[in-house]
Amino acid sequence: MSGSSSTIAERRPAGVRAPAAALPRLLTGIQPRGALTLEQHQAVHGPMPIVASGRGRRRAREQGSLLIDEIERAGLLGRGGAAFPTATKMRAVAGGRRRAIVVANGAEGEPASLKDRTLLESLPHLVLDGAILAAEAVGADELIVCVCTTADAGVRSMARAIEERAGAERAPGLRLAAVPSQYVAGQESALVSFLNGGPAKPTFTPPLPFEQGVRNRPTLVDNVETLAHVALIARHGAPWFRELGTPSQPGSALVTLSGAIAHPGVYEIEHGASLSSLIAAGGGTTARVRGALVGGYAGSWIGGELLNGVALSNEHLASHGASLGAGVVLLLSEHACPVAESARVARWLASQSARQCGPCIHGLDALAGTIEEIAAGIAGARVMQRIDQLASLVARRGACGHPDGALNPILSAVEVFHDEFADHARHGPCDACARPPELPLPERPVSDSTRVTLERR
Amino acid sequence: MSHRVRVNPISCEAHGMCAELLPERVTLDEWGYPIVDETPLHGSQVEHAMRAARACPTFALLVERERERSRR
Repeated sequence: MSGSSSTIAERRPAGVRAPAAALPRLLTGIQPRGALTLEQHQAVHGPMPIVASGRGRRRAREQGSLLIDEIERAGLLGRGGAAFPTATKMRAVAGGRRRAIVVANGAEGEPASLKDRTLLESLPHLVLDGAILAAEAVGADELIVCVCTTADAGVRSMARAIEERAGAERAPGLRLAAVPSQYVAGQESALVSFLNGGPAKPTFTPPLPFEQGVRNRPTLVDNVETLAHVALIARHGAPWFRELGTPSQPGSALVTLSGAIAHPGVYEIEHGASLSSLIAAGGGTTARVRGALVGGYAGSWIGGELLNGVALSNEHLASHGASLGAGVVLLLSEHACPVAESARVARWLASQSARQCGPCIHGLDALAGTIEEIAAGIAGARVMQRIDQLASLVARRGACGHPDGALNPILSAVEVFHDEFADHARHGPCDACARPPELPLPERPVSDSTRVTLERR
Repeated sequence: MSHRVRVNPISCEAHGMCAELLPERVTLDEWGYPIVDETPLHGSQVEHAMRAARACPTFALLVERERERSRR
């Protein structure tokens, strides 16, 4: 386990299988820099399959439902964080009375995630294939690709890819929209509001976008990774898709791994792969790990002592009170103070409220203040009861999922790092509190992106 | 068909009229925003709840029929 010539195989812990030959899927052919051109993309994956014939709307609709059936058999779940069945959403949009619109959601507001921007930057045609196939399947004549304004390279690369498709028969009403970078801007209803000329803020539902979305038309909002999987399911079919993953969460997934890891970056894993195999693929940890934040800033902490047994599927993660979310794994080193880190995270989450709903505005602010008081050692004696009380005042009281999502990393930190919180509450800041922050937030983004790779159970 | 009370948290500006007019269903949190009991209303409460909804200065208090809620 040493030397510059060591391979991933040599770093593999005992008992872990060799990399499955079936990976990578989405990341096949990805280059260290720059995007695959349309020609290069087609050399890797072949041409976009014909699913809808275009001969009359009725026939197109029948053919479209064939693709939706295939996606249903594949068991594809949305990759924006909610893991909602993609086929169910597509069918609802296809069943609307008016012409549908498809929105490819690449407005990745999660500061610890780089997977969507990696796809937009490096593999824009895979996303476009999936989005066009989805548009054909639901009978949409308009397709909007949303990219975060701060993802410069992603915006440029997607704009170029759309130009390459200009005049192509199968690129109806294709356009790019640059979306503000706020955390909640990528939420479905916020995106629809923005595309309708309003603020990029969540709206009160119903109606949901699939009923009344962009210009009141039925709108399919799908994450760009979801669409990239659609592009491959249309080519290879549902049984192929299910060759990887677990029965309840089939297929592969992109995961952004960062923190105390030798090679932070975007990795393609099989659902159900062990966290240790992902860490091994990332070149191993750079320090002893105190805990992992799984699912990003709407996700939950798992204590360092448990990480060896963790598998990356929602079914398994549920036993730790966590889920994969949009595919984020953050490793906190033993050098960092989890209380100081949590105080920064809580304050940032409060700052990301769209400031529309009272319980979110006041509740998240009060929670952040409470965590800050603990970190400073100036909290009152009943501070833990106060946290529970605030959590109950925040939960399920917002128009969107932000307040509920924000509770996850805060409450799980208090639980997993119970001793550290108790110690700070009693004695104030520790030595590690003064160290520079480890967790990535917009002022300190995920450092570097290794964006190739694999892996296995 | 059963009815429930619901709040549009975006429209709500914490005027607190709902807690005045419908205390059996609405209490206020420490910032003045309504905490609503969303279990079905008894038949005799429906008209009462609708009066409270009409009195909300920002039309944030809603009385919804069961069918509408199932579409969420």
